[in-house]
Amino acid sequence: MTDLVTTTDRWLKRRHASEWRFRAYGAAAIVVSLAFLVLMVASITMGGYPAFERHSIGLKITFDEKVIDPQGTRMRDQLMAANYTKLVRSSLRDHFPDVSGRRDKRKLNKIVSSDAGYELRDLVLGNPDIIGTTSQVWITAAADSELYLKGYVDKNLPQNQRRLDDLQIGWLDTLTANGQIKSHFNTEFLLSGDSREPELAGIMGALLGSFYTLVVCFVLSFPIGTLAAIYLEEYAPKSRLNRLIEVNINNLAAVPSIVFGLLGLAILLNTFGLPRSTPLVGGMVLALMTLPTIIIASRASLRAVPPSIREAALGVGASKTQTTFHHVAPLAMPGMLTGAIIGMAQALGETAPLLMIGMVAFIVDLPTGVTDAATALPVQIFLWADSPERGFVEKTSAAIIMLLTFLVIMNLSAVLLRRKMETRW
Amino acid sequence: MTGTSNSITRSGRRREVIEGLVRVVLIACASAAIFTTIGIVFSLLFEAIRFFGKVPISEFLFGLEWSPQTAIRSDQVGASGAFGAIPLVTGTLLISAIAMAIATPLGLLSAVYLAEYAKASTRAFIKPLLEMLAGIPTVVYGFFAALVIAPFIRDTGTGIGFEVASESALAAGLAMGIMIVPLVSSLSDDVINAVPQSLRDASYGLGATQSETIRKVVLPAAIPGIAGSLLLATSRAIGETMIVVMAAGLAAKLTANPLDAVTTITVQIVTLLTGDQEFDSAKTLAAFALGLLLFVATLCLNVLALRIVEHYKEQYD
Repeated sequence: MTDLVTTTDRWLKRRHASEWRFRAYGAAAIVVSLAFLVLMVASITMGGYPAFERHSIGLKITFDEKVIDPQGTRMRDQLMAANYTKLVRSSLRDHFPDVSGRRDKRKLNKIVSSDAGYELRDLVLGNPDIIGTTSQVWITAAADSELYLKGYVDKNLPQNQRRLDDLQIGWLDTLTANGQIKSHFNTEFLLSGDSREPELAGIMGALLGSFYTLVVCFVLSFPIGTLAAIYLEEYAPKSRLNRLIEVNINNLAAVPSIVFGLLGLAILLNTFGLPRSTPLVGGMVLALMTLPTIIIASRASLRAVPPSIREAALGVGASKTQTTFHHVAPLAMPGMLTGAIIGMAQALGETAPLLMIGMVAFIVDLPTGVTDAATALPVQIFLWADSPERGFVEKTSAAIIMLLTFLVIMNLSAVLLRRKMETRW
Repeated sequence: MTGTSNSITRSGRRREVIEGLVRVVLIACASAAIFTTIGIVFSLLFEAIRFFGKVPISEFLFGLEWSPQTAIRSDQVGASGAFGAIPLVTGTLLISAIAMAIATPLGLLSAVYLAEYAKASTRAFIKPLLEMLAGIPTVVYGFFAALVIAPFIRDTGTGIGFEVASESALAAGLAMGIMIVPLVSSLSDDVINAVPQSLRDASYGLGATQSETIRKVVLPAAIPGIAGSLLLATSRAIGETMIVVMAAGLAAKLTANPLDAVTTITVQIVTLLTGDQEFDSAKTLAAFALGLLLFVATLCLNVLALRIVEHYKEQYD
């Protein structure tokens, strides 16, 4: 008897232990997945936020009339074409008079951005009276100097394994000690277009490209998607054709995104000859992709409108169309908009189809319309991630931070919209 | 009197015209989905047929060599390029298999926990967090895989004496697996919730513990639906592009070693079609043949999966 009791006891214990284990596996699976999410977001944020800081080097520049405008004409063409880089170089030499030899001088020139000349040019063009005077000008630091100033360069490495040697580090340290280096918020990163130089590359071009692409995408997919949903939910008889449409929509939702890119390349670009690399084509391709999302969400939202609304409208003599467009569709609108926002969020993160239609080009100018060549935010991330320069790593992470911020804003507004506008019947 | 009835018939006729017009517009919008599918099929098929005019279809489907370079001189070795898709298919399957090996246990166990164990409040909090994994763009996973996961795997691998390629299939598969977890878990969650409560109650009544009920009653009852959701996830993995473009290799290699670098169908489509292109070379057309292969494969998986899930739903309705 006692034997039996102890055996059952042991069994029971074993069963309870396995119960506990099983439960722990489930919890562990969730923890592992979420840990990955946290790890990914945290490591990208940590890597990306320094990109929002930027260093400038303050140099005393003599705006020598002999270099800029020897004839004293002050003609715009002359001011545009002058050799401003020479001014930067001679100023650097004045700051460090004991640097000699061609190689060391070249090293010295490399601590400021290769675009420093253009910065001076813009200054002179904006205020030609500055010619002939000497003043302190803040000039963008080169990408390698930037990395050192942010503490990414390990001084203990042998000189040939790092991008800055001891001399250059010494100069930067001297400038820091003299208060000639200041750090400030990187507005240029937010406001300028792409560049081959990491210190000059900005995200505005990609943001505008994404914006125009999404506008095209929304203008096409929202009306078509909601009208298709209205047809399928309110009008469609149970016919073969409608069954086919439904199966089609479900399958389209699962077609790999790159295939939509191939469609855009073969039909929109090669058959219809629409301009390559433009937000117009990108938006059209993404509209085809988001259509299933919008249709499915809109149908769910239409289905949630109770039949009594339709019956009441029909009962007082409204036609089918009046019932649908005056009564049912307005009530379903919040749900449809929520679906559209979620669809737009998906479209914003989509990269592969845009690669197919050539939105990967290197474009410096900011796009001004839907027919200008442009990139998009995720494509910019892909391009920067592919660049070999070390300075682009933090730019990539910063672009990802921007992308994720936009996605969070869009999804949150979808949730809020649903919560605020939702009617309970 | 006749005047009013006249105007009523007239307005009634106008009404009919408007109704008819609205219907036509609505049908046109709803057909957009069909036209998209037709467009996809035709554009892929048309270009693929042109490709098969240059390269025999048997070579494409069964060839073991993939090197689509265009020749500079005609007497060059491999001047014609080799267009055998087998190494791409195996590479795609290898990475997808790694992804599924990670996503299946993580996704299923999370779904079981959320559906059977978690309190409603925990569920309402955890579920959106998991969905966030699905909302993160794949280009972000690709960046993370290339920058963090791949070096980590290489360093650990070489640390314990394995030879690891810097763009190993494992790194891409791992990132892809995590991306797919929410897809598996939310689909399986629905399926598990659809299992009737009476089955559970009967099992508890016989004295089974909760985990025994889940393992021996709920999961077997949900198997068809779970299989469907895993098939959908596999199709997603096969068609995924950005993660593999950024984290997997470019060279086609026939191998089953997860530490080696392999390339996939989608990577090759992107490589063939970005940059300068002339539209008659076998090289660019090959991308469409690969696209057709990808489309057919994912379509078969999707149709099969949707069939299974639908059939399963009917069983318990």
